[in-house]
Amino acid sequence: MADLVKIATRDAYGKALVELGEKNDRIIVMDADLAAATKTGMFKKAFPERFIDAGIAEGNMMGIAAGLSTAGYTVFASSFAMFAAGRAFEQVRNSIGYPHLNVKIGATHAGISVGEDGASHQCCEDIALMRSIPGMRVLNPADAVEARQCVLAAAETEGPVYMRFGRLAVPVLFDSSYQFQIGRGVYLREGTDVTIIATGLLVGAALEAAERLNGEGISAAVINMASIKPIDREIIVDAAKKTGCLVTAEEHNIIGGLGSAVTEIVCETVPVPVCRCGVEDVFGHSGPAQKLLELYGLNADGIMSKVKIATSLK
Amino acid sequence: MTAEKKNLLAQKANHIRQGVIEGTFHAKSGHPGGSLSIAELLAFLYFSELRVDPTNPHDSSRDRFVLSKGHAAPALYAALAERGYFPIADLKTLRKPDSYLQGHPNMNDVPGVDMSTGSLGQGISAAVGMALGAKLSGEDFRVYTILGDGEIQEGQVWEAAMFAAAKKLDQLVAVVDNNNLQIDGTIAEVNSPYPIPEKFRAFGWHVIEIDGHDYDQIEAAFAEARTTKGRPTAIIAKTIKGIGVSYMENQVGWHGSAPNEEQYQMAMQELVAADPERQA
Repeated sequence: MADLVKIATRDAYGKALVELGEKNDRIIVMDADLAAATKTGMFKKAFPERFIDAGIAEGNMMGIAAGLSTAGYTVFASSFAMFAAGRAFEQVRNSIGYPHLNVKIGATHAGISVGEDGASHQCCEDIALMRSIPGMRVLNPADAVEARQCVLAAAETEGPVYMRFGRLAVPVLFDSSYQFQIGRGVYLREGTDVTIIATGLLVGAALEAAERLNGEGISAAVINMASIKPIDREIIVDAAKKTGCLVTAEEHNIIGGLGSAVTEIVCETVPVPVCRCGVEDVFGHSGPAQKLLELYGLNADGIMSKVKIATSLK
Repeated sequence: MTAEKKNLLAQKANHIRQGVIEGTFHAKSGHPGGSLSIAELLAFLYFSELRVDPTNPHDSSRDRFVLSKGHAAPALYAALAERGYFPIADLKTLRKPDSYLQGHPNMNDVPGVDMSTGSLGQGISAAVGMALGAKLSGEDFRVYTILGDGEIQEGQVWEAAMFAAAKKLDQLVAVVDNNNLQIDGTIAEVNSPYPIPEKFRAFGWHVIEIDGHDYDQIEAAFAEARTTKGRPTAIIAKTIKGIGVSYMENQVGWHGSAPNEEQYQMAMQELVAADPERQA
């Protein structure tokens, strides 16, 4: 794992928007007074005439994005996950999701790794909210390489897409040969005793956990599941059949996120034990991001303890 | 306005009202009161103001209309049918499981509907986005939206109003259907948005106050909006909820309930008797 280079996925989002803007003059980027933090400021600098700041009014921003998309634009609407998915949920649902409009929601600062701002800003409910909207795609990239590919894939996909990015700089896991595809999970490591299905920031931790488990005589496969909706049913069923138990890992409430999505499929196809590593239905807290990830068990240690429960249930 | 045009518009408004009664009666639900109050406004929009072509409903250069008060869908559907977007007979399928005429408008189902609406306060934001799109691309289409007076209690309306003025969206016209009633009572009793003109003026809009059932005033207001540059126009239209059906007029109970068989016959008799086409 090339963990020397660390880049926040929000940085990759900002850069990818500029890349898109250079190729396509019908791309518009919107923000709600957070351009410096969400990194849409990069697009603003490159294409000021195609950057629209709605000010601190996320619901209105989503509605304007919807209206703009009907006039033939591909609109990226950006804010923190808390406000994009949380505050503006109903506008996303009714003004973007229901009419299936071509709006891409770039939500940064997802999860507790927001850090010091604390629980009010640490959104661990957005995946649950967004994946419950019919027709919404939900993407949660693991690193900067995948984040860029998610943005490019979203631009090429007609209809609404929700993309989840983080504030924290995370290891770059993939090289330029990596191929992200909406609806596809990817085996990053083969194994025979358990499969860890991870998303976003927890993918790196899953790889670390698998390595350490190997030293303890447990063979763990790792799947990166960046496309949470549509989700790759085949790879989940395959993993359940091959290893007989699963662990999910996500920086999100264990209710409604990846853990729920995987469990739903496993229960309907190959019922095997599934243990969920995530935020255990509690609010976050202020503190340094790394310390919080440790406190909430969102690291290799947390995943390993879930693996031990899952394998014991087989 | 010529007597001929006025007569034509009166006929269209009457047919829109008949469509509202047909739709809500057959659906056994829906919102007749606030649909009837905008019949003249919709007649003027679809038969005089809007540059639209029912044979090409997705023409990118068309003017846009967003019914922000989406519960007045029966009136919008009746106006669209009258304009030739789909058969008038289909109005009787309103709210049925096999119909494309949903309780609130869905742009992907109904030809001529430019935005899906129904959740109050959201339509105006989409209309603002459309007007912004025209400004950014240099296209000359105009965007119209009708809001309910109760609807402007939603904070999002004022977020949209602030933005539209800040961006100088003079392609945009928002009409407030000021019929003074909402589900729980008069708008003043529930949570008064009065004075409405002053609020829009304070947000930087050009404001015109009219009688929403007077074609001369409606025509003059839309003409004034066209010549207003550098800011959006709000037309505050005083209207009567339920107008055109005697027993529904100014009755809050007709916000969201449908006529029964007897009431339906009575309403249709009144409307048919008042139809200028029949009298001609």
